[in-house]
Amino acid sequence: MSGFFKSSIGRKVAMALSAFFLMFFLIIHLAVNITSLFSVELFNQLSHFMGTNPLVQLALQPVLIFGVVFHFVMGFILEIKNRKAIGISYAKNNGAANSTWISRNMIYSGLVILAFLVLHFIDFWFPEMKLKYIEGDMTGVIAGTQEFRYFEELQHKFLSPIRVGAYVLAFIFLALHLLHGFTSAFQSMGSTAGRKKALQTFGKIYAYAIPLGFIIIAVWHHFNHL
Amino acid sequence: MNLTLKIWRQKDSNAKGQMVDYKVNDISEHMSFLEMMDVLNEQLINSGEEPVAFDHDCREGICGMCSMYINGEAHGPDRGVTTCQLHMRMFKDGDTITIEPFRAKAFPVIKDLVVDRTAFERIQQAGGYISVNTSGNTQDANAIPISKHAADEAMDAATCIGCGACVATCKNSSAMLFVGAKVSQYALLPQGQIEAADRVRNMVAQMDAEGFGNCTNTGACEVECPKGISLDNIARMNRELMKANLK
Ligand code: HEM
Ligand code: SF4
Ligand code: FES
Repeated sequence: MSGFFKSSIGRKVAMALSAFFLMFFLIIHLAVNITSLFSVELFNQLSHFMGTNPLVQLALQPVLIFGVVFHFVMGFILEIKNRKAIGISYAKNNGAANSTWISRNMIYSGLVILAFLVLHFIDFWFPEMKLKYIEGDMTGVIAGTQEFRYFEELQHKFLSPIRVGAYVLAFIFLALHLLHGFTSAFQSMGSTAGRKKALQTFGKIYAYAIPLGFIIIAVWHHFNHL
Repeated sequence: MNLTLKIWRQKDSNAKGQMVDYKVNDISEHMSFLEMMDVLNEQLINSGEEPVAFDHDCREGICGMCSMYINGEAHGPDRGVTTCQLHMRMFKDGDTITIEPFRAKAFPVIKDLVVDRTAFERIQQAGGYISVNTSGNTQDANAIPISKHAADEAMDAATCIGCGACVATCKNSSAMLFVGAKVSQYALLPQGQIEAADRVRNMVAQMDAEGFGNCTNTGACEVECPKGISLDNIARMNRELMKANLK
């Protein structure tokens, strides 16, 4: 089996598995965040649960981080190998004649997502880790009050138009990444389902809806802060 | 019609190579692309120059030898054809046509437009066959029941002529459409089952050893393949390899 993941096909299967995991995670992440549009209380409760539940924090979170890191590291490895396989490039190459721009540029849409992830970790994840595990404050409330801090922090982040702009841009690239990636992952897993109309339509809906959801959340909080 | 040709010239496998411009006049739209190349070569020979070396054999789309990258596409702008089946009516008077060899690290240039595609043969030798006892009491293939559907799909996969357009077209120089077709043609038939696991393992291992890239499912190969080999064959090969490794 270890030989399998060293083969070109095995690497693609691993890539697709990590991608499926990330696509599933995005649904959960969006579902939690979307509550911030209509219920401060629900959003705070869910955030507190996700942020303090030992199963989520100690089991799912490391798996997620591993999944993300694995995905982009393997993405880079495959990209480097593929560039090596080309050798001399063509004087004239008409890529648009036979494939979509997004399918040929997954590494670039991926790089934009990676840049976003760095910003996103600096914005939310590092402060969370510092507060909870270094300073040991697991209460989740604003210091000196009884109120949860999550919603307040979220709104505060989206005050900056530059950050909102960066988020919107990154999510557009996520949409591009998923427009090819969603069906591609099925093919990598050896399934032809991604080549059938039904799943292609579903993939398109997913690729637009998930990023659009995150964009709406960022823009909404920019214009509707307390 | 009168045309300007930009052609890759390279003396031998070690030479550096460069694009060189040529003019050809009075080309008939009924000519095939290779006939146009013949006109150019006659012109070159008459003026004492070295003719352009290019691969060709059957000139009817079955051998897979003719391998040119024309105006940025393997076998040129037409669909479902090899270079020998490409007609000059696809071009207009005054056009400039860029002609390059198929590019891939695993397909090194031998001379001008001729590339070494023996990597494909080594992949075939690694498992693209079935072992049959030919000592005189060979079973008649027709005695084995095969569904029409499987027979059709196997036949479709078997129409791959090993031309290498899929590799030349692929941004990753991946050979997965070719190997997928060769794996599938046996995987779909009962005769192919006995050696199925070893076949896919060995062929994929050879493909990797030859230095072909990894498929990223752009689908360019399927569009440029002169025989319309389906991407479904790559998915099948991936399944076959997973199955082989679960055994
Ligand atoms: C949450 C974020 C992400 C999601 C949901 C995601 C999703 C996907 C999916 C579904 C695929 C197709 C897999 C396949 O064809 O087998 C894919 C491929 C790819 N991803 Fe991502 N991705 C994400 C982040 C990234 C990042 C940060 C990079 C960093 C460079 C990246 C680079 C790539 C590359 C290069 C490919 C193409 C590899 C290939 O097709 O073989 N992705 N991604
Ligand atoms: S799959 Fe198509 S393009 Fe590739 S070698 Fe076979 S016939 Fe040529
Ligand atoms: S020369 Fe045989 S396929 Fe073109």
